[in-house]
Amino acid sequence: MAIEINEAGFLSLLQDRGRFGHHRIGLTTGGAMDQNAYRICNKLLGNPEGAAVIEATLGGLVVTATADHLICVTGAPVELKINDETLPLWSCHQLKNGDTLSLKAGDVGLRSYLGVANGFDTDSNFDSVSTVVREKIGGIGGEKLAAGDILNCGDAESTLQMKLLSEQHPIYNSHVSLRVIPGYQYDYFSRIDVKRFFSNRYKVSDRSDRMGYRLLGPSIHSKSKQLLSEGISLGAIQIPADGQPIVLLNDRQTIGGYPKLGSVLSLDISLLAQLRPGNTVEFKPISIETAHNLIHLNEYYINELKMAELM
Amino acid sequence: MRVINASENSLIVYLGEQATPDVSDKIYYLADELEKVLTTDLIDLIPSYASLLVIFNPLTTDHFSVRNTILSMNWEAQSNTKKRRETIILPVYYDEEVGDDLNNLAEKKRLAVDEVIELHTGISYLVYAIGFAPGFAYLGEVDEKIAAQRLSTPRMNVPRGSVAIADRQTAVYPAPSPGGWNLIGRCPVKMYDPSTPPYMPIGIGDTVRFEAIDRKKFLSLGGEI
Repeated sequence: MAIEINEAGFLSLLQDRGRFGHHRIGLTTGGAMDQNAYRICNKLLGNPEGAAVIEATLGGLVVTATADHLICVTGAPVELKINDETLPLWSCHQLKNGDTLSLKAGDVGLRSYLGVANGFDTDSNFDSVSTVVREKIGGIGGEKLAAGDILNCGDAESTLQMKLLSEQHPIYNSHVSLRVIPGYQYDYFSRIDVKRFFSNRYKVSDRSDRMGYRLLGPSIHSKSKQLLSEGISLGAIQIPADGQPIVLLNDRQTIGGYPKLGSVLSLDISLLAQLRPGNTVEFKPISIETAHNLIHLNEYYINELKMAELM
Repeated sequence: MRVINASENSLIVYLGEQATPDVSDKIYYLADELEKVLTTDLIDLIPSYASLLVIFNPLTTDHFSVRNTILSMNWEAQSNTKKRRETIILPVYYDEEVGDDLNNLAEKKRLAVDEVIELHTGISYLVYAIGFAPGFAYLGEVDEKIAAQRLSTPRMNVPRGSVAIADRQTAVYPAPSPGGWNLIGRCPVKMYDPSTPPYMPIGIGDTVRFEAIDRKKFLSLGGEI
C-alpha cells in the first residue's frame, strides 16, 4: 500500500495540522498553510483530523499508486488528471494500482492538497509529520519530497466516495481582504500609520515563503524600532525597519524583536497562503470577540459540510 | 505585569521592561502555573526575555478566561515555590582551531586569549530565551570587557557546538547553520537532540557555566574538530 513520487514539482511537502507544544525549544509550527483546504481534504476522505497529506506548491506533482487507493485533491485549482482523464477537485477518486496522478498549476492559487484514505503513514517527529526543511524534521528525513520517494498509506477500507457540493468550494482570488486582530505593539504606531496600513493595498513580494509573506506598499513606522525578542503568534504582522509589513506564517521563527501591529485571523491565512507574488491584500481590523465568534462559526461550518456521495 | 492580545488565540504577558533574573523567575513561575491550571486549553507557551506568549485553544476557552487566569495568579506562592534553577556546566575547548574569532576578539579588546577565556568562564549565565533555531539558547550577560558586535558578514556555515558571543549574549550553536556571532570555542555537549526527551540539556530559567577543557578532553567527550 504505497504511492510513489515520480515528479515532485517546485515544492511538495508532507504536512499535517502542525506541530504544537514545542515552541519553547525553538520548534516552529509547520503544517498545511491552507488549513481550510487541508481539513476538508481529510473530511472528504473520512480521515481523522490531523492525517498527513501532500502539500504541492504550483502543481508539478506526479505520483503512481502501487495498490488501490481512494484519493482526494483540494486547495488551489489545479488540473487533476488520473492517467489521461481530467477529474474534479474537492471530490474523492479511485487511484488504482498502476494509475498515475498528476497535478498541473492553474491560473490562481499556490498550494494544493493530495490526501489518501487513512492518510500517509510515516514516522512523526514531535507528534507531527509536518516537514520543516530548515529544522530538518518531519516528512522523509526532514526533506521536501523528491522523485523516487515512496509513501506508505493506510489500508483503503473506506468505500464511501464523497464530494463537496460545488456551492461550498472555497473561492481563490488574486486579491484577498485579511481580517486583523489588533495586538502586540499596536499602540506604538501613530494613528496616521495605522490608518495608512488599513486603507491601502499591499502587493505580495516574490520573497514570500512558508516562513512569511513579505508585502510591498506604503511604509508603516513604529515609534519603537527594536524590542526584546518575544514570542510570535501565527499570522503576526511584523513591521521591520523598512516599514514593509511581513505576515509571519507556519514556518516562522518562534521569537523575534520587531514591532507587530497584531495578527491576521487564522481563517484568512488559508486564503493569504494561496496568493502568488504580485497578488494583493488589504487589511480590516476586527475585535477579538468577533474573531472568537468567527472561529466557532467556522468550526460549525466544517463539521456540517455539505457532502454528497458519488454514485 | 501587562497582558495584551497577540492574536485570536494568544495573549502576551510582559513581566518587566528588562531581562533580569527576577523577571526570568516570574516568567518561569507563570509558565509552570499556567500549564497546571489551563491543562488542555493550553496549546503552547513561548517564554522569552521579559515576556510569555500564551497560546490557547479558542474552541475550548477564550481570551477573557485566560486573561483572568493570568491576572488572578497568586504571586505570593512564587516565593514558596522552590526555584527550579539548575546550574549546568558546559565544557568548552577554547582555541583558535575551533574558535575562528578568539584571537581577533582578544586583540580587539586588548586582552590576552587566556583573559578572554577567564572572563567567559568566570560567571554564570541565565538562559533568557530559546529560538532562532531548535535548541538555540540565548545566554546572558557576558562581561562587558568581551562583549562583541556581530560580524558584518555572517558566516555561511557555523559548525555545531560553536560557542559564540554577540553583544552581551553568548550561545552554543545546536546545529550547523549560518551565523554572525563571534566564535571563541566549541562545546562537545549536544545542545539539541530531537530523538530523546527532554531534547535539550538546558531550559529557560536555568543557569549555565562554561568550563575550559583541552583538546584531548574535548575529543574524548565526543567533540568534533
